[in-house]
Amino acid sequence: MSNKEHTIQRQQSCDRDFSKMSYKMLQKEKKGLDKLGKKGRIILTVIASLFVGVANGLFGGGGGMLVIPIFTILLGLEEKLAHSSAILTILPLSLVSGIVYIAQGNFTIPDGLWVGGGVIIGGLIGTFVMKKLSNNVLKIVFYTLMIVAGVSTLVKNFGG
Amino acid sequence: MQIFLLILAGVVGGIIGGMGMGGGTLLIPILTIFLDVQQKNAQAINLVAFIPMAIIVTVINIKRKGIDYKSVLLVATPALVTSIISALLVKKISSKTLSIGFAVFLIILGVVMMIDTLRKCIYAYMRKCRDEYIAND
Repeated sequence: MSNKEHTIQRQQSCDRDFSKMSYKMLQKEKKGLDKLGKKGRIILTVIASLFVGVANGLFGGGGGMLVIPIFTILLGLEEKLAHSSAILTILPLSLVSGIVYIAQGNFTIPDGLWVGGGVIIGGLIGTFVMKKLSNNVLKIVFYTLMIVAGVSTLVKNFGG
Repeated sequence: MQIFLLILAGVVGGIIGGMGMGGGTLLIPILTIFLDVQQKNAQAINLVAFIPMAIIVTVINIKRKGIDYKSVLLVATPALVTSIISALLVKKISSKTLSIGFAVFLIILGVVMMIDTLRKCIYAYMRKCRDEYIAND
């Protein structure tokens, strides 16, 4: 048996030993996506995109978080490319939704401008540190904060 | 003081937004919970504040990381239609109802993304274990 063959065999048996379940799940996911084909993926992408628009228009944010999995899972973009493309995707949505919100009189002038200035500063910081910080620990912290923010908002609404 | 807090809230939201993680998901609750901004106003601020930031960040990203324009077009076009429709609907919904809906949206999104990230961590760890095992073999 050649060395390479031996390694492959070893790898396969290790897959069974260490990650039976997770590998099965990954393969199942992959098979499911393969079954869809190119056309199916595009149709699914369009359907998912409709929800991105709803999040952006109705909740004024959060669309970007939905765009990332569409790009990475359905369209197979690499993570960094997905993030930079997501920002450009949300830009036209925020532009039209923003115009509607302003027309409805929801944009308050002094407050909005102060926050906007802060967002620009923060945005630049975020772009430049993205490389160093985009790890899983940071993501888990962020999602925890999201859940806490959601619960706090509910408490504020119902708790007086 | 209020002005300083508003700018600070913007910076925090901006950092997360610039990282492409969806800054609004944190900026909006910061504004409503800590600064007593109405839900609709917070949403408007988030949308408008995102625009100049996104333009600047995109110009930088074009050079540094590249952008997949085909995918952007594919997602942005259908999303544009529903975003206009749902933004128009906001007028008919009270800030309180909207706030509750937003909170539920945040919690669901947070839990789903958390599970996904944890799952990826486990996969990565198992792959590492496997490679180490093979290396030691």
